[in-house]
Amino acid sequence: MWEYTDKVKDHFMHPRNVGELKDANAVGETGSLNCGDALKLFLKVDENERIVDASFMTFGCASAVASSSALTEIIKGMTLDEAAKVTNGDIADYLGGLPKEKMHCSVMGKSALQKAIADYRGIQIMEKPGEMVCECFEVTDLEIIDAVKANGLETTEDVTNYLKAGGGCGKCLDRIEEVIASVKAEG
Amino acid sequence: MNVIYTDNNATTRVADEVIEEMLPFFGGFYGNPSSMHTFGDRVGKKIRQARQKVADLIHADPDEIIFTSCGTESDNSAVFSALNARPDKKRIITSNVEHPAILNLFKFLRDKKGYDVVLVPVDKKGDLDLDLLYDSLSDDTAIVSMMWANNETGVIFPIPEIAEKVTEKGILFHTDAVQAAGKIPIDVRAAHVDMLSLSGHKIHAPKGIGVLYVKKGMKFFPYLIGGHQEKGRRGGTENTVSIIGLGKACELAEQHLPIMNTQVKELRDYLQNKLLEKIPGVSVNGDLENRLPNTLSIGFDAVEGESILLMLDKEGICASSGSACTSGSLDPSHVLMAMEVPFKSAHGTIRFSLSHYNTKEEMDHIVKTMVSAIETLRAMSPFWKDGKLV
Ligand SMILES: Cc1ncc(COP(=O)(O)O)c(C=O)c1O
Ligand code: FES
Repeated sequence: MWEYTDKVKDHFMHPRNVGELKDANAVGETGSLNCGDALKLFLKVDENERIVDASFMTFGCASAVASSSALTEIIKGMTLDEAAKVTNGDIADYLGGLPKEKMHCSVMGKSALQKAIADYRGIQIMEKPGEMVCECFEVTDLEIIDAVKANGLETTEDVTNYLKAGGGCGKCLDRIEEVIASVKAEG
Repeated sequence: MNVIYTDNNATTRVADEVIEEMLPFFGGFYGNPSSMHTFGDRVGKKIRQARQKVADLIHADPDEIIFTSCGTESDNSAVFSALNARPDKKRIITSNVEHPAILNLFKFLRDKKGYDVVLVPVDKKGDLDLDLLYDSLSDDTAIVSMMWANNETGVIFPIPEIAEKVTEKGILFHTDAVQAAGKIPIDVRAAHVDMLSLSGHKIHAPKGIGVLYVKKGMKFFPYLIGGHQEKGRRGGTENTVSIIGLGKACELAEQHLPIMNTQVKELRDYLQNKLLEKIPGVSVNGDLENRLPNTLSIGFDAVEGESILLMLDKEGICASSGSACTSGSLDPSHVLMAMEVPFKSAHGTIRFSLSHYNTKEEMDHIVKTMVSAIETLRAMSPFWKDGKLV
């Protein structure tokens, strides 16, 4: 069984801000049914770019639900600029930590938030830049490089824990290994 | 909190009768069964009786029973013995839905030892592609290992038919009967199997005791090389207490076989039908006509298994999910993927596995808890709207 903190359990059993936000003016979606987890984040942003309300709908494990719930609590009251600085580590910290195999749940929160902010500002999120490494979970080399640098990841297993990349058919594992090696080589 | 235990394919409660049988041998009767004194032989005698009871459950001879430390050791020993017996042959065959005790061993033999491994696929119902299996039997094949019943779905493979076809060609045949034992009748003679694995903790004996049946006259190469124990086929002083417990458990399993196919099966069917009736977007995995009587693998659209398990856990209900949650990926298990169970329900698959200790009241409580858990989770799922999958 996973060792979840009391905070994770609480946010899973009693999630805050669940459901569609009727008067939302920004939405960010990430994940899919195939991946095994997905998050739809709703924001209500006022004319000063302050998040006055937030809600979520999540398909996924307990830590996915808890991460989504935590995210909405963290960002309520923030301006979009402030929210843009929230990291996946902040979400995990808010919950008193996540098992390392479940860190991708907090990454998912961060990604939905970025998309919601872009949606409000009318920015089209372009096709993901970079080269597609993991087709199962649509993860590019640039995303892997970012995650490796930001979180000090060492192994392909770490990358799978954070980004899911490599956790499906596994055919991309060699390529992930190369990407990690290239980051290490850079120093 | 009352525990409702419906995870019997993971492990089972040690039967009270088994505990009672074992207790004296934890304490005063600590002799070594090999010793040349009456004190040791009191244990030796009990072990001979236990060996007879294990043999009876599968219609074998006591000489054909080797005690091991677990089902995994039995599986590994069987395969390594076969490879030693057929050193020139390079092909080994199994299915792609085996327990890791076989599957990972075969992958190791492929990746590190250069064996030509054939993983025979299953269809959407989890039934084996027999034509492909028979076509892949070659002169170069050392062993075929096929599980008798699947731990996740309960789907039963036609072992007697397969074993006959395989052994006819002079190829060794092993079956992992860890899940079949105690749930369906097993007759090693009628089934022509060369080797068969059992595990104590799936049939109400303790964990850490297994059995390998090796057909009389077959050359066996020990996996644990050591003393003369088990007639030189498995070194190491016997786990006397557990062997004695396992003997009792096999005796009980034999007695309970008819109950499995009536009382336990009826409870399983009751649970299955109630869940199908009360919850929309539900599908049962595996060949319904060809399944262990105690196993129900059932998928709920648009919700995720771990979340369901935690909600069941809050009510003291023990079950398993269909996810290989050991990797961060939350991917559905290799068994569900091999059966091409759609992602929409594969992620939300729960396995309930019953025993004769379960009651109808427990099933009603599970149904009630499931109805509310699925409702709660679907209310927050972005893939479920107005009573259906979106
Ligand atoms: C089909 C099957 N084979 C082998 C095993 C392994 O048995 P053990 O846990 O005794 O090693 C199990 C149980 O986990 C099983 O279900
Ligand atoms: S391509 Fe990365 S896991 Fe399949």
